[in-house]
Amino acid sequence: MEERNLICINCPMGCALAVTMNGTEVVKVSGNTCKRGDIYARKEVTNPTRIVTSTIRVTGGDESMVSVKTKEDIPKGKIMDCVKALKEVTLNAPVCIGEVILENVADTGTDIVATKNVRAV
Amino acid sequence: MKNYDIVIIGGGPAGLAAAVSAKENGIESILILERDKELGGILNQCIHNGFGLHTFKEELTGPEYAGRFIEQVNELQIEYKLHTMVMDIRADKVITAMNREEGLFEIQAKAVILAMGCRERPRGALNIPGYRPAGIFSAGTAQRLVNMEGYLPGREVVILGSGDIGLIMARRMTLEGAKVKVVAELMPYSGGLKRNIVQCLDDYGIPLKLSHTVVDIQGKERLEGVTLAEVDGKGKPISGTEEFYSCDTLLLSVGLIPENELSGGMGVELNPVTSGPRVNESLETNIEGVFACGNVLHVHDLVDFVSEEAKAAGKNAAMYVKSEGITDRPASDKGKKPCVRLKATDGVRYTVPETIHVDRMADTLTVRFRVGGVYQNCFISAYFDDERVIHKKRPVVAPGEMEEIKLTKEQLEKYPDLEMITVKIEEA
Repeated sequence: MEERNLICINCPMGCALAVTMNGTEVVKVSGNTCKRGDIYARKEVTNPTRIVTSTIRVTGGDESMVSVKTKEDIPKGKIMDCVKALKEVTLNAPVCIGEVILENVADTGTDIVATKNVRAV
Repeated sequence: MKNYDIVIIGGGPAGLAAAVSAKENGIESILILERDKELGGILNQCIHNGFGLHTFKEELTGPEYAGRFIEQVNELQIEYKLHTMVMDIRADKVITAMNREEGLFEIQAKAVILAMGCRERPRGALNIPGYRPAGIFSAGTAQRLVNMEGYLPGREVVILGSGDIGLIMARRMTLEGAKVKVVAELMPYSGGLKRNIVQCLDDYGIPLKLSHTVVDIQGKERLEGVTLAEVDGKGKPISGTEEFYSCDTLLLSVGLIPENELSGGMGVELNPVTSGPRVNESLETNIEGVFACGNVLHVHDLVDFVSEEAKAAGKNAAMYVKSEGITDRPASDKGKKPCVRLKATDGVRYTVPETIHVDRMADTLTVRFRVGGVYQNCFISAYFDDERVIHKKRPVVAPGEMEEIKLTKEQLEKYPDLEMITVKIEEA
């Protein structure tokens, strides 16, 4: 049995988690104060994932950039591919919160959605 | 002169939540004054996720979190003015403001909610020797440039200070193609949240050098490099530990200061530890009917707690306005029995609030505070005069993470002669 110590990144509480592992199998998670911590710990030791946030250029709007995020978390190893894919995109205003900007970004199976409203001017 | 029941200074997360709460508590005449071109305040440039888990039970980015409150403000038809700078507030609650459409104008309020937020500590406050070339930014300025204006401030970056904005920007600059070489922190512990060390530095292999600072800045026109050195227990650089880092950009994330020029000008008493107003259980300052919430009161780590605090301030301001004309006004200190004072000691740097009128407190009151150092396996204790009433075990507390205790009215009513609650850290 091996124990791995993690810091939960789900919210600013930053709970100190202890994951008991038997080889690659998770036996027990402790130290979490909510269910998210348990899910995070199990993922982090097997397939770590992150939500990626970035910005995309907009033309014809009241802002020159719109903030975006991956709708779900994506594998850590895909973060740079995801950000690179966003560099290729320019949007036309208007843009609405929740609007899908790019489907299946970098073959992650996850869409990029806007997180800010940009009005057309 | 226009009249409003409640005027809120600032349309960021605190101002928005206070406005919504005041309206929901029956006040129709509310005005928010905001100096930027849009509501939402600093959340608009905080494009990262992790907001709203407490308030909305889901994980949002900053603009999305702000968007939820802006929607509520619009639905409730709360009035606001953008591009409007408040110049002065008088103790009799006359507000002088200006904008391009109306010029200079005055507003009479019955209650004022201070929600101006905070600003970043600048280089000038740090006494770093060396040249003054281009390429030195506060982390928040860089955040605005990257996330809102679409400019990358530089390619090779050193960050001084491990505040949350600096950590977030270490990741953000990396994702935008810059090379973040190191984050240096003067203190032996990080000033930011642990989760940000993990997901912003560790994920990208960015080293964090604790007990290190910048001792020289090189470059005449544009920054060419900085020299870091280790510091001793008193923060003095240790000779012989200097190390040169070539870079074109230095970001400073060295603390936030509540923005209280307006509060000071109207005679609001400030706490030298927080640089924010001294408030009672209603988040009311020493001036009756003037309330404060959010980062202007004390710097928070978590916007969810700002919203919670602002909601209380909005409700209390509404109650204050509604009680106008009643001689035994609940929100008046005069002629009432003396209030309970809160004292911060033994590792606890301050408490918000600082005084409690038990008769006016809500059923539960959250007392928030920060500690002055890192303590492991300690207890957070509250003594009601000499009796220890709260004794909460904490595996670790640190200055970068705000702590709280909850007091209930029921609990306090059991101590009718209580004069002082002492909040302290006790080591096991």
